[in-house]
Amino acid sequence: MSAEFILQQLLIGISLGSIYALIALGYTMVYGIIQLINFAHGDVMMVGAYVGWYCVTSLHMPFLPALLTAMLACALLGVVIERVAYKPLRKSTRLAALITAIGMSFFLEYGMMFIVSPQTRTFPPVFPQTIYHIGPVIVKYGDIVIIAVTVVLMTLLTLVVKYTRIGKAMRAVSFDKDAAALMGINVNNVISATFAIGSALAAAAGVLVGVYYNTIGPLMGIMPGLKAFVAAVLGGIGIIPGAMLGGLVLGLTEVFVSAIGFSTWRDAGAFLILIIVLIVKPTGLLGRNTREKV
Amino acid sequence: MNPRKNGILCLLLVLMCGVLVLSGCGGGGAATPPATPPAGGSDEPAAGEPINVGLNLELTGSSAEFGLSGQNGMKLAFDKVNAEGGVLDGRMFNYIPADNKSEAGEATSATTRLVGENVVAILGPMTTAAVLGSIQLVTDNNIVLITPSGTNARLTVNEDGTLNPWIFRACFIDPFQGEVAANFAMDVLGAETAAIAYDIVGDYSGGLAASFKQTFEAAGKTVVREEQFSAGDTDFRPIIENIKTAGPDVIFVPAYYTDDGRFVLQARDAEVTVPILGGDGWGSGDMVGIAGAENMNNTFYVDFVYMDDPSLQDFVSEYQAAYNRAPDGFSVLGYESAMMLVEAVKNAGGTDPEALRSALENLGEFTGISGTMTFDPETHNPAKTAVILESVDGVKEFKQIVEPK
Repeated sequence: MSAEFILQQLLIGISLGSIYALIALGYTMVYGIIQLINFAHGDVMMVGAYVGWYCVTSLHMPFLPALLTAMLACALLGVVIERVAYKPLRKSTRLAALITAIGMSFFLEYGMMFIVSPQTRTFPPVFPQTIYHIGPVIVKYGDIVIIAVTVVLMTLLTLVVKYTRIGKAMRAVSFDKDAAALMGINVNNVISATFAIGSALAAAAGVLVGVYYNTIGPLMGIMPGLKAFVAAVLGGIGIIPGAMLGGLVLGLTEVFVSAIGFSTWRDAGAFLILIIVLIVKPTGLLGRNTREKV
Repeated sequence: MNPRKNGILCLLLVLMCGVLVLSGCGGGGAATPPATPPAGGSDEPAAGEPINVGLNLELTGSSAEFGLSGQNGMKLAFDKVNAEGGVLDGRMFNYIPADNKSEAGEATSATTRLVGENVVAILGPMTTAAVLGSIQLVTDNNIVLITPSGTNARLTVNEDGTLNPWIFRACFIDPFQGEVAANFAMDVLGAETAAIAYDIVGDYSGGLAASFKQTFEAAGKTVVREEQFSAGDTDFRPIIENIKTAGPDVIFVPAYYTDDGRFVLQARDAEVTVPILGGDGWGSGDMVGIAGAENMNNTFYVDFVYMDDPSLQDFVSEYQAAYNRAPDGFSVLGYESAMMLVEAVKNAGGTDPEALRSALENLGEFTGISGTMTFDPETHNPAKTAVILESVDGVKEFKQIVEPK
């Protein structure tokens, strides 16, 4: 293996991992707040991809406005999903909520199939097809956009969680829901805000995937959704930096499993990591054995 | 609940979801409903009674382009025969479409549904995996099935050499396609080395890859890299890097157009400029949409027909008039499989299942719209020509015609 080969694969892993990380953030934030694995999250990403596609092809928007519209639409969708499907179950067992999430996932997949038909759609070229050479490594314009969008959104998220009132409220609710309510925090609004932010991040990932790989379909969210879930658990579910780390580790693992010639094992490799982490360190790479926090 | 137990629960759920995803692809049609007794089936219906034909096609899903093209071709053929007064003293063809969503499991349910509608024949599915899921059902129910474009050799002849008596096809088989592609790579492109990337999920892609490799290596050339992927994978960049490092003269990617479109796009982005070859699974307009016209330059694939062929022009203009779009190879095969059935019904003098089966088996030399083909009663496979098409700025151009051996 030459150095340039490794560098090139490294870049591919980072761009793939960024996507997983963006989706994983939504999983981890929702889990941090209400301890629910939102299995419909990957499908929210799919809806985001379709909204972006519609904005680009029918409304002829440039990339950035299309991305923002998709994020806004999915933020709303996330809030609606929470209010309609999860809120009535907040007092029931966690298993009931989990099963509902799986039901919501199928509802989104097949509802979308009904609306837009299962045909694969393609994006028109939305950003320049420029290819840069940085040393021996080939970098596509699209790679730069993916990594840039991910870094910007993650920085924003960190700032929001650390320095704003809603961020403080989110941390408080994740620490102790009842105590936060007693302190005058509107827990429902905080949960809605969490779903809105998580879903918006998933929508961003959806648009990026759609544009980069140039194909979208109603079932496109399943595999990335599962992978992102693995990434979230890997990094320590409920911990925001953990999701970022988990996404990158997962992306890089997949790429290097393929690079050493085991391309058919790359999904298996991803899930194997999950099993090993759960056995060795059930709270995830960044997890502590104390209570989980956002 | 302690976190560990919780984690295991999550894992179980993940695995469950994974199984759900995969089961869509792997359904081999093991479960078959009890055969409906052919009671009354052998009584020849009165003259003038319509002949029910089921169309089990990929109308939606990843291979929808194939199914829609095939369906248009079939409808055109049946409508034409019906407009000319039908067959056997005015019996009309009544076609019943059923969508198999491009999934093997769904294809089995579509066949079950069509069996319930008392069809005498089924046309389709277009893709190998979907046909495999219907073989047992049509065999148990004595219904002939003609696949327009299912190219896997095993569809008509099992691995142990026994014939599937009720399965027929209108196309050549994978080993022939792989051979044609390998010979083209060596003789026309002058390739000494090749890399192969194929889809491990279906039976189609691996079949083509194997026959390509065999032909290529038998001629003393080397396959420098073999990579596998799973249908529906979006990211091919790691395996493309592997192939790039191996530095082959050509790359053979015999899967379907959605995956191959993404493959070509990502390969060209990684500055892999060598020719990329494919099989008939590339024969869809969508592939250029996914990969981009410029990226498709210097790609070649094996197809059934070349649309600008002068002998096809009547068909092309009729098709254009009926559907307001240009036909592709799958429309031709759909049309030809319908014509095979019409011919067999005429020869059998009715729709008695065994008579119809035997008429199809003994079609012998049959003149379709793409030329003359000869059916082998031992294998149910036609010997027919293949063409190689080149993509030039998004337009398919004729490159070479290959006669059957």
